[in-house]
Amino acid sequence: MLALVSPALLVILALIVLPVGWLAWQSIYHDGFTLENYRRVFTEDIYWRSFALTFEISLAVTVVALLLGYPVAYLANSVPKGWSILILSLVVLPFWTSVLVRAYAWLALLQRTGVINQFLRYLDVISEPLALVHNTFGTVVATVHILLPFMVLPLYATMQKIPGDLMQAGASLGASPSLTFVRVFLPLSLPGVLAGCTMVFVLCLGFYITPELLGGGRTVMVSMLVSRNVELYNQFGAASAVAVVLLLSVLLIFFAVSRFISLDRILGQK
Amino acid sequence: MTTKRNLGYGYAVLGAIALSGTAASAAEQITFVSQGGAYQQAQTVAILDPSAKKLGITINQDSIPDAWPAIKTQVGSGKPIWDVVDTPTGYCLRGGEQGLIEKLDFSKIPNAAAMPEAYRSPYSISYEFYSSVLAYSQKTFPKDAPNSWIDFWDVKKFPGRRALRNHPIATLEAALMADGVAPDKLYPLDVDRAFKKLEEIKPNITVWWTSGAQSAQLLNDGEVDMEMAWNGRVSAVAKEGAKVSFTYNQGILQSTSLCILKGAPNLETAVKFLNEAVDPVHQANLPLHIDYGPGNPKAFETNVIKPERATQLPSEPANAAKQALMSYAWWSSPAGEAAEKRWASFMQK
Repeated sequence: MLALVSPALLVILALIVLPVGWLAWQSIYHDGFTLENYRRVFTEDIYWRSFALTFEISLAVTVVALLLGYPVAYLANSVPKGWSILILSLVVLPFWTSVLVRAYAWLALLQRTGVINQFLRYLDVISEPLALVHNTFGTVVATVHILLPFMVLPLYATMQKIPGDLMQAGASLGASPSLTFVRVFLPLSLPGVLAGCTMVFVLCLGFYITPELLGGGRTVMVSMLVSRNVELYNQFGAASAVAVVLLLSVLLIFFAVSRFISLDRILGQK
Repeated sequence: MTTKRNLGYGYAVLGAIALSGTAASAAEQITFVSQGGAYQQAQTVAILDPSAKKLGITINQDSIPDAWPAIKTQVGSGKPIWDVVDTPTGYCLRGGEQGLIEKLDFSKIPNAAAMPEAYRSPYSISYEFYSSVLAYSQKTFPKDAPNSWIDFWDVKKFPGRRALRNHPIATLEAALMADGVAPDKLYPLDVDRAFKKLEEIKPNITVWWTSGAQSAQLLNDGEVDMEMAWNGRVSAVAKEGAKVSFTYNQGILQSTSLCILKGAPNLETAVKFLNEAVDPVHQANLPLHIDYGPGNPKAFETNVIKPERATQLPSEPANAAKQALMSYAWWSSPAGEAAEKRWASFMQK
């Protein structure tokens, strides 16, 4: 058995365990053992602000993605097979476009001279262009667009497994469609909600290009702190410490969620 | 001899030399590293190919957007494979202090020895100039355009949306000039005063840009009405028909420099190349292919650059006189590094 899996284990060791281990080592060793990098991460204002902002944005993105994704998944689940394939393809299609291209596309839509502002001005709804981008708002919009498939797909997978008989049973017992939804369908779809939210939240924590291009320089997320520490200040130790703290936060989130549903489910295995 | 972009060929040659043991009789060569793109193509035609031909050497090329981490790794490992890098001057100086860059013997580089002292350091020779300038939309300002950093800071007289680079280098200089400091009296920078002045304009900055492409796009799309930008980026957008312009007045003249990695495999050839690369005629060729100014001001005396072209270039003497010359020595000093770190907390406040 061990002989069979050992090539895979070697790959994991070489590609994941060693680099992450090296990273963690960098954060505590620089001309001797030091906790200075962690002291800075936990005491300096800019790190706190970045972590707080990153969690806020991730939370906002998750909530918006859930509000948008749930009805889509519900629709895909309740229409005939052919239609549901079409809906899901439309959800997944943007997935194959580069993140960079999508960021610039949102810039073209949202900026001052962008399509949306010009249309609103044409309709005389506004006299001055709205500040839709180069701020947190623009960042959240574009990030939701990129992460939406990670919400819709687990939701759809969970909804697929809810037996249709249950809804009919609810109806035959006299419940209105909305009551059946609230009392039967919604609770049964909650594992999908949890799985989708975890995926979106965790992925959002590490976002880099989107806030960089659409945040106008003010939305400094944790990933940007990592890159600036390396590029600007050449401080690999500080960058590693930030990365390790972020990684631990992610593991903690996965651990907390795994108390409620199995990790296989979040990662889309079952 | 020609220059070759293929580094693999370079390795092959190195291997052959090692095997045959005829290093002395083999053709001389170096590996030259620049930032790639249109810029590296332009210098290949203007400087690298002619230098290789004249010296009878082979120049293998490599490109990397940011050479600094690679320099650290290569020299740190004790076996650098690059010889000469074209990189922002500050890295040559910082590298020199950290023992990563060779100290230059200017008696072997007469072309550089004849250049102004401010254009070289013990570790570097200015290779080409660009400028951080005040650029603006001609649609917003058809006449009476902003012409100084004082104007840029004056939001009443010049209403409009503004952008600055998300980086302290050149931005602190601009802030001090906006506060009335003369371009030739900037250094050592009064960092406190600069940040105080920046706080003043901060609420009016729509975007803090991070890449040159982004700055060009902001101006081109009319997302901002005025900004700090690199002269080459602005003129490129203007050439494509955008109604944008810029002024060299109070621009911050910046350069990339050539420097040699400590322990470079072809040190002697690299020094010969350095001298050739800043030859006035080769230098004068560069602005015929791209909007950057020559690092050697003698290039303007060669008649290769036509007068009307010269007036467009950042390092043309009359243009240079209007600008502040960036002090990379100050930026790579402890005070400069502290100012760089302070930037992050300024941005997030």
